Amino acid sequence: MRLWMLIIAAIVLSLISLFVGAIDIKPSDLLDWDSDKTQIFLISRVPRLMAIILAGAGMSIAGLIMQSLSRNKFVSPTTAGTLDAAKLGIIISMLFFTNVTYFQKIIFSFVFALVGTLIFMQLLERIKFKDVIFVPLIGIMYGNILSSVSTFLGYESDILQNVQAFFMGSFTLIVSGRYELLYVAIPAIILAYIYANKFTVAGMGEDFAKNLGLSYKLVLNLGLVLVAIISTTVVLTVGVIPFLGLIVPNIVSIYMGDNLRKTIPHTIVLGMVFLLACDILSRLVVYPYEIPVNLTVAVFGSAIFLVMLFRGKAYAKK
Amino acid sequence: MIEIKSLTKHFGKKPVVEDVTVTIQPKAITSFIGPNGAGKSTLLSMVSRLLDSDTGEVLLDKSNVKKMKSDEFAKRVAILKQSNHLNVRLTVRELVSFGRYPYSKGRLNSDDEKIIDQAIEYMNLTNIQHKYLDELSGGQKQRAFISMVIAQDTEYILLDEPLNNLDMKHSVQIMKILRKLVDELGKTVVIVLHDINFASVYSDRIVALKNGRVVKDGPTNEIINSAALREVYDMDIPVQEQDGCRICVYFNSHA
Repeated sequence: MRLWMLIIAAIVLSLISLFVGAIDIKPSDLLDWDSDKTQIFLISRVPRLMAIILAGAGMSIAGLIMQSLSRNKFVSPTTAGTLDAAKLGIIISMLFFTNVTYFQKIIFSFVFALVGTLIFMQLLERIKFKDVIFVPLIGIMYGNILSSVSTFLGYESDILQNVQAFFMGSFTLIVSGRYELLYVAIPAIILAYIYANKFTVAGMGEDFAKNLGLSYKLVLNLGLVLVAIISTTVVLTVGVIPFLGLIVPNIVSIYMGDNLRKTIPHTIVLGMVFLLACDILSRLVVYPYEIPVNLTVAVFGSAIFLVMLFRGKAYAKK
Repeated sequence: MIEIKSLTKHFGKKPVVEDVTVTIQPKAITSFIGPNGAGKSTLLSMVSRLLDSDTGEVLLDKSNVKKMKSDEFAKRVAILKQSNHLNVRLTVRELVSFGRYPYSKGRLNSDDEKIIDQAIEYMNLTNIQHKYLDELSGGQKQRAFISMVIAQDTEYILLDEPLNNLDMKHSVQIMKILRKLVDELGKTVVIVLHDINFASVYSDRIVALKNGRVVKDGPTNEIINSAALREVYDMDIPVQEQDGCRICVYFNSHA
């Protein structure tokens, strides 16, 4: 696959995304700057598109970094407890600090995501049996433990429904003023690209990295900080989108290999394309209503993931 | 010159390397031999800074390796550990390019490209340079890794059991290449070997370890004889000479 094909697909899907919705907006409507339709376009449609693009690119890159650093193709923010830890951080900040500001919530969530992922990486170092399937299973269990703590806290304080609604991956509530945090993912993605070679070298293992004079621990920590930043911004604005960070980098790896300098641009654009397609579908299935995007992503994502598991176990092991 | 001075390493309470003092002669192949658990790989890991020693020091041209900057060290000493389970999908050329990482940090200039071309050609990998590592056979993969080390262009090349999982033909091929690296390019090669006959035929010097200590250290022909080998392996190993090579016939030895 060529990058320009993906970019064209992303542009076409972006245009469709801008003009699909309960209110019919045509490009010609935008000529009247003061019309209601133009306002809807600017307040709702454009922010939604930006949110999808940033979340799609961000989660895919976060997954790619995690797979490289953990040296396991099936590790991603959803299968390593990162998102669950971020969630837990938000809930704790809401429960125990009543006057918490939005900014404090972000910091809390970020610290939890970072520490949560670090704990998983430590776990990984201690596990002797590093089967490709076994490791993400442990990650999922670990994530579920964190998640059950969140549920318990939510249940105890009667905010369970809020919590569940808050974290359901959806772009329905994205309007201007509610998604801008996602722009923080842009510098994180740029940094990931600048450090792409270091991540590739680190992905060949600690001994290998040290032989080439790379400060392995530093790169590992930097990678985890980037993953935590991206995950936090996505969870706080959009909610949890499963599978994205898992399947997108794997698809790119199959046709392009694991040299991050080469694969990061593809991963970014493919992540956008996949999420855009799922979101458009979510908006069309029960038009003029819509279903949460995490549902669509989960349906397609799990199907692709199963194919990868059955056909690709040999590939992932290599 | 690498000088290993009274190096000691414990794993928990168990001593793995004890008071080892060895000098690695430049422009020669030195083989580390010895039974399983003798501490050969651990010693190599400490020399290459992958592992910290408990006590003792390693000097590279009189300066302590622990005090050297990591990218400077990476330009002078390369280590290749057993890498058969590397699960990164890179092409041969991409892998070899990473050998230039200590110099270029990933931004290859035309000099780097030239060195990469030479390293690939030196290992006869030109026609498969765009293949992915996971499509290669064990011997080709090992050659690709050595090609990367050549591109790293270090005076010292340390290899931890590079013949593992290779058949006879490929093992001989790798050893001949190492010989060429020393004879033609003036490299210093240190290698951990299990098969004493490869050590006997291809190395200039042998360091024999047992229970973490050096039992023998000297030119190959001083070590490859029944008396010395008995000390190392606790086996009676007849040594026969053939075409100027000493071959240890250990298959039928009665300990």
